[in-house]
Amino acid sequence: MIVEQISIFLENRAGRLADVTRTLAEAGINIRALSLADTTDFGILRLIVTDHEKAKQALKENGFTVGRTNVVAAEVEDRPGGLHAILTMLSENGINVEYMYAFVQQSGQNAVLIFRFDRTEEAVETLQKNGVRIIPGDELYNI
Amino acid sequence: MVFDVQKETLPRDKLEALQLKRLKYLLQKIYHNVPFYKQKFKELGLGPENLKSLSDLRQMPFTEKQDLRNNYPFGMFAVPRESVVRVHASSGTTGKATVVGYTQRDVETWAGLMARSFEAAGATRTDIIHNSYGYGLFTGGLGAHYGAEALGATILPVSGGATKRQVMLMRDFGSTVLCCTPSYSLHLYETALASGISISDLKLRVGIFGAEPWTEEMRQDIQNKLELKALDIYGLSEIMGPGVGMECIAAQDGLHIWEDHFLPEIIDPDSGEPLPVGEKGELVITTLTKEAQPLLRYRTRDITRINPVPCRCGRTHYRIERITGRSDDMLIIRGVNVFPSQIESILLETEGLSPHYQLVIDREGGMDTLEVRVEVHENMFSDEIRHLQRLEKKISGHIKEFLGVTAKTTMVEPQGIARSEGKAQRIIDRRKK
Repeated sequence: MIVEQISIFLENRAGRLADVTRTLAEAGINIRALSLADTTDFGILRLIVTDHEKAKQALKENGFTVGRTNVVAAEVEDRPGGLHAILTMLSENGINVEYMYAFVQQSGQNAVLIFRFDRTEEAVETLQKNGVRIIPGDELYNI
Repeated sequence: MVFDVQKETLPRDKLEALQLKRLKYLLQKIYHNVPFYKQKFKELGLGPENLKSLSDLRQMPFTEKQDLRNNYPFGMFAVPRESVVRVHASSGTTGKATVVGYTQRDVETWAGLMARSFEAAGATRTDIIHNSYGYGLFTGGLGAHYGAEALGATILPVSGGATKRQVMLMRDFGSTVLCCTPSYSLHLYETALASGISISDLKLRVGIFGAEPWTEEMRQDIQNKLELKALDIYGLSEIMGPGVGMECIAAQDGLHIWEDHFLPEIIDPDSGEPLPVGEKGELVITTLTKEAQPLLRYRTRDITRINPVPCRCGRTHYRIERITGRSDDMLIIRGVNVFPSQIESILLETEGLSPHYQLVIDREGGMDTLEVRVEVHENMFSDEIRHLQRLEKKISGHIKEFLGVTAKTTMVEPQGIARSEGKAQRIIDRRKK
């Protein structure tokens, strides 16, 4: 049920993001989803890729600090109120979202939400109990 | 004007005779009262009787800052602790501060030498002295304070901080003499302008600036901006505090070392050999009259040269030129002494931090800034921003707490710190431009 996300520490200077994408391109890795969190001095790039082991290794070899985090991918109907319904059920169960990002699938009517929770197992349980489909890692990497 | 005409203008032969007499007494005192020195003498197979003339001093052992730390806190005292009326200490990480003790007579001597320094700067009992040196364990504040009182001037014990209020007080009280670090004087200037106070509203006539290195260009800048005579003062807590040496307003060309109390030497910092008068090297000072904590050949690590040319002010005490550097890696940031090793130990004590760091020192609006760049490695990395920001805050907090200096901590990528020939360049001091 768990999706592996890699995260990369980036200094805020021109060309650093391109250095990451170049490294991934050269290693033949495709990016499934990404989000970038930033402060005045640094940023953290979060990625879901086709092969996280390979991506991590390639990035480390190029001198990047790479972390790995377990996140949850939930499928939601691509319509108004879709995200709201999910957030409501989480908040009713007292589950905190550390951060999240989303993307819309190319085919089909669904959007994918990537969540980082403070209590991952409880969150997955709550979502599943309420009929939300959790996308397994293997499926997501190969969408 | 000269505060102590008899002592300050003593002919060189008489001055040197006085130095020798005091030096012989000093050696007896430290040999018999400070186990550290007895041990040092024994190791070298020497005793106080081996010193027959001033030139024999070169055989005598040095004292280093580390010796003071090894004898922390009161091991260097040459008098019973009960005879010590005051203790000052320099910054350090826990347990590593450098302690210095004073007897009642030491405190009075210090005040007298500081009064002498004020007088050399052209100050008199009619002056109002604004003292922005920090009061506390740091010697700057209290050193200048008691000297001003000994002179009979009016002293304002303002200490550091609250700069806007300082400028207002300076204007309202009509302060004529300013005591602070050179960089703080420029900060006062900027603050005055920002507060709508013009320099013509102030009565400042002379500034006594010390506790950090500065250049002739900076002196000109300060003089132009603050419309005063900017003079250099020298001192270090291990020896006494401010007032070990002072530039006279008559020549404004180098600092008279008060040689009846402090015996200066210039040595080659690598070999430890004394250099001929006039050559540049490390300043070594022997305290001639200190009672509580006399020091023999203390290595100041300050780089300067002695100028033996008689001064037009009439004082016979030799001058040293402005301190131009250090023979170690000590940094002076807003008047606070900081060793990179202290910051390194703070980083290492913070869990998960790598020893790769870089210190960037700059000057903004007249004030020194310190940025600590720390490389982010996997074991400390988190994909949550707040985790890294908490870490930055924690490091800055520890630096402030242990070293007393404000620092901005920045996380950088590994290898983000430029390495020259494999060795990381730890210090970037942009103030030296």
